[in-house]
Amino acid sequence: MKIISTKREGELKIAFEGELDHHAARSALSRISQLIDIELPRKLVLDLSSLSFMDSSGIAIIVHSYRRMNELEGSLVISNVPGQAYKVLSAAGINRIIQVDKALV
Amino acid sequence: MNYNNEMNLSFISRSINESFARAAVSAFAAQLDPTLEELEDIKTAVSEAVTNCIVHAYPDRVDRIYIRARLFEDNTIEIVIRDKGVGISDIDKARAPMFTTGGGERSGMGFTIMESFMDSLKVKSKQGRGTTVIMRKRISMRYAGRIGA
Repeated sequence: MKIISTKREGELKIAFEGELDHHAARSALSRISQLIDIELPRKLVLDLSSLSFMDSSGIAIIVHSYRRMNELEGSLVISNVPGQAYKVLSAAGINRIIQVDKALV
Repeated sequence: MNYNNEMNLSFISRSINESFARAAVSAFAAQLDPTLEELEDIKTAVSEAVTNCIVHAYPDRVDRIYIRARLFEDNTIEIVIRDKGVGISDIDKARAPMFTTGGGERSGMGFTIMESFMDSLKVKSKQGRGTTVIMRKRISMRYAGRIGA
C-alpha cells in the first residue's frame, strides 16, 4: 500500500493507495503517527479513494488517528470511501463516531 | 447436500500471504458468478480469518494455515479455514465486538465482520490444538438458466 500526504493551511490529507490489510497495517500506522506528530494538523483527512481493499486492520488505523486527533483537539474526516471499505466501517459502527464520506460512484 | 467442486489450499502463516489467500478463494468463488459485492464480502471475511491465524493462532511461530472451499448445488460457498495453533479459550469472548488480545494494531472486529459479511459462521477450537472457522454464503442466482454449472 502507498501513502501520499499533502498539507495545506493546517489541514493534513493522507491518501491511501492499494490494499490495506494486516500485512500493510504496521508500516501504515507508524507512517501516519509520524506525519501527525510532524505536522500537528487542525484537521486530518484520510482519503480512501484509491483503496482497492480494506479489512478490520483499517478500523484500527482510523480509531488510532481519531484518538490522536482528539488529543490535539483537531478533527478527523474519512473521505471518498469506496463501497467495500464503507461496508467494513459500517459493520463496525465507525460511521456513528467519525465522519465517513462515501465515494461518489 | 452435494457439492459440485472443491479446492484445498495450504500456506505458511506469513502476513504477505493474506492477499494471496483472499485472491485465491475469490478466484474459486467466481465460478458461482457472484456480484462484485458478494466477491468483496468473501475476500473480506477470508482476510479476517487468515489474519486471526497469523496474529493469534501462531503468535510466535510460522506454521501452516489450511483452507478448504466447496461449491454446493444451491449456489452456496463453504469456506473452512483451519490452523493448528494455540486455540481460543473463550470463543464467545473472542467473537464479541471490540474484544482483542492483539494490541493497538488490531480492532477486535474480525469475527463481527466475518459474521456480517457471510450468511453463517461457526467457530470450533481446542486449546493447544487449533481453531477451525466454517463460513457459508449463498450467492444470488442471476440467471434463470446456467450454462456449464
